[in-house]
Amino acid sequence: MTLILNEEQELLRDSAKSFVDDQWQLNQLRANRASPKSGTIDTGLWQQMVELGWAAIPFPEEFGGLGLGYAELGIVMEEAGRKLLISPLLSSVVLSGSAIELAGNNDQKTEHLPKICDGSGLYAMAYQETSRHEPENVHAALTKSDGGYQLSGHKQLVINGGSANHLVVVCRSSGDAGDRDGLSLVLVNSSAAGVSIANNLLLDSTPSANITFTDVPISPEDILGEIGNAADVLDEVYARAAIALSADMLGGIQSAFEMTLEYLKVREQFGAKIGTFQGLKHRAGRWFCEVELSRAIVLKALRSIDSGSSNLARVSNACKARCTATYQLSGKEGIQMHGGIGVTDEHDIGLYFKRARVTEILLGDTSFHTDQVLRTSQVAY
Amino acid sequence: MSDLNTFRQETRAWLNENCPASCQGDDNILPDILWGGRRQKIDEPDVQLWMDRLVAQGWTIPGWPKEYGGGGLSDDESKVLAEEMSAIGTHSPLYSFGISMLGPALLEYATEEQKREHLPRIASGEIRWCQGYSEPGSGSDLASLQCKAVKDGDDYVVTGQKVWTSTADVSDWIFCLVRTDSDAPKHEGISFLLIDMESEGVSARPIVLLSGASPFCETFFDGVRVPIANRVHEENKGWSVAKALLLHERTMLAGGPGRASTGDQKRTLLQVARDSMNAPTGPLPDKAVRAEIAQTEMDQMCYAATLQKVQDAAKAGKGMGPEGSMFKLYLSELGQRSADLRQRLNGADGLIWDGDEFHPEAKESTREWLYSRASTILGGTSEIQLNIITKRVLGLPE
Ligand SMILES: Cc1cc2nc3c(=O)[nH]c(=O)nc-3n(C[C@H](O)[C@H](O)[C@H](O)COP(=O)(O)OP(=O)(O)OC[C@H]3O[C@@H](n4cnc5c(N)ncnc54)[C@H](O)[C@@H]3O)c2cc1C
Repeated sequence: MTLILNEEQELLRDSAKSFVDDQWQLNQLRANRASPKSGTIDTGLWQQMVELGWAAIPFPEEFGGLGLGYAELGIVMEEAGRKLLISPLLSSVVLSGSAIELAGNNDQKTEHLPKICDGSGLYAMAYQETSRHEPENVHAALTKSDGGYQLSGHKQLVINGGSANHLVVVCRSSGDAGDRDGLSLVLVNSSAAGVSIANNLLLDSTPSANITFTDVPISPEDILGEIGNAADVLDEVYARAAIALSADMLGGIQSAFEMTLEYLKVREQFGAKIGTFQGLKHRAGRWFCEVELSRAIVLKALRSIDSGSSNLARVSNACKARCTATYQLSGKEGIQMHGGIGVTDEHDIGLYFKRARVTEILLGDTSFHTDQVLRTSQVAY
Repeated sequence: MSDLNTFRQETRAWLNENCPASCQGDDNILPDILWGGRRQKIDEPDVQLWMDRLVAQGWTIPGWPKEYGGGGLSDDESKVLAEEMSAIGTHSPLYSFGISMLGPALLEYATEEQKREHLPRIASGEIRWCQGYSEPGSGSDLASLQCKAVKDGDDYVVTGQKVWTSTADVSDWIFCLVRTDSDAPKHEGISFLLIDMESEGVSARPIVLLSGASPFCETFFDGVRVPIANRVHEENKGWSVAKALLLHERTMLAGGPGRASTGDQKRTLLQVARDSMNAPTGPLPDKAVRAEIAQTEMDQMCYAATLQKVQDAAKAGKGMGPEGSMFKLYLSELGQRSADLRQRLNGADGLIWDGDEFHPEAKESTREWLYSRASTILGGTSEIQLNIITKRVLGLPE
């Protein structure tokens, strides 16, 4: 495992970068606020990304994928994150795609993965029920009914839930909220009877849905993996998603840092560039170190997915916790070093500050990941 | 590739034949580090034998050219050697300022004659070197140094004082920055001299640290005669050598043996907490402490990844450069944080300076905690590293 990019990966990065630069404007985030309840994303833009192969990157070729890995997907997500691009990469490809790939049987993979890869299906994963990321705190009930099952419950923070036509839902077939046993994964068509979707716009202009399921019929073919036994798969899905999200965060972190560094070199006060003031300089130096540490752990973590590392959970905890802290620092220092212009909606730095908070809460904040690390700390690494 | 395989076979065979059994395995008798020098005594005959054989083979510094006492190995071969050594649980214990700092600078700047004189004696461990940079009035602003060298015939006559000279009292030679032109701008009047500590007029007085240890000295030069032939690089161009050497120093501080690991003590942080809280199993009762320990563990993972990334970049031919400052800065502070946490977790045991009634590891961890405060000062303070990063890496204006 090497932590530097090879030639093909460098090419992929260049092409992703020019695509994002050409096709996406940060202003789109401001424009999205005009229709907060639409729940839609720019499917034309997504289709172009699909045509570049981005949605197919991590999946095996037999299911329509490119047979590459997270090292590659991470490159694309980092470039998207630089410009805060809104796409279903996390919701459809990483979260839903991983759940289907890791838990699904051959028929399910044959049916769904090609749709994710070619963009003909948009998928979202509904897992969270409370205000914090608590993977086992699941109430949504999967109960037996004649001939199959039915699902009832409420989910929140379903990223891109309003534009998805398929939902991967985490639910409980037995036991109590908080138990690992009894967690199940089911596929639900979002237009099915009993599915009610309320769209919201998050503070970074990401569409997110709250979804209520009322006696939604579930056929046995739509259950992913062994019923009641999804906890281990979910660990891996969340670990992957936390790492992929960290790659996106790394992109934003760098943009905020570079934007501010540039400002330190041009803005003048007291007859001098503000970057000459040691009070700012040293903070920029420390910030740079945090960016570099974040970059290294993201590279390491992405490769840990690809190599099937037995240490994946801990690496993902360290990765998400570090990127969360660095993104917070980047948003806050970014604004502070810009002065008054930094707190205006007109300047881009604030968009990164907002995104930092959304990505912090998604898939667990620093306290969550810190706590996870110590739970497994008896295992030496 | 097959060449490398052959090399691996040969290396394995050589180690098999030459490494004494007592110097192999988990409980081998080798010290972590042998600093070398004339004052060093090796009591164990097997360790002496192992050293002699390593030196004869050039494998104390496998990457240096053979004619200078090295092994003449390529990077790949050096890596194979390290792998094969670690596979049988052995290592080459010789490590010193000569190896990590002076040697690389001599390879770059010294004359052929100087290289032939000094490098083999570093590689064999015969001579131990110390670093005479800092002075009472010149620490961070090193280039303002005043220790003077005046030409007289074939010699320089050196007069002045150095301070914080690590191991000056046990070293054989010192590499020194001296002022050879007081009128020139400060960086342009400095020369780099190699001085035998046995020369008439050199004396060193140990200084005691907070931890009670005395790793460094004040070093005095009173009309010391140093042959002009012992000057490295041109007169008044010593600053280039000094800077190159500082880069090696920071690289060493960022990853060299004895420094990098913050976890080489016997108990994990979690274990220390368990012992002191009397909580042998289950979650620690103190949530804030849980979080601090986990944070340290995660920081270490991130640091390890960062170090690996730089090493991978170096293998691919992309050098480290001023980013070394980042490692020095981060590692020293991370080490401080974990030493501080460890000492604090020891609680009352950690407060005892001397006596018998405390956990056997507490005394050592207290000494390490006290010493750790030095890590953000030596080799350029954290503030100076930040100055370097912001100037050379980030390009911020001055
Ligand atoms: C354990 C140990 C071993 C050492 N070994 C050696 C050795 O073998 N050989 C050798 O030559 N030296 C050695 N040193 C000396 C070391 O390099 C100096 O202590 C160090 O460079 C700082 O210099 P100073 O102590 O004079 O502090 P000062 O330079 O006086 O610094 C005092 C404070 O001012 C800050 N400061 C200074 N300049 C600036 C600036 N421009 N911007 C912001 N802040 C600034 C510093 O960061 C520090 O906080 C050793 C030091 C220690 C602690």
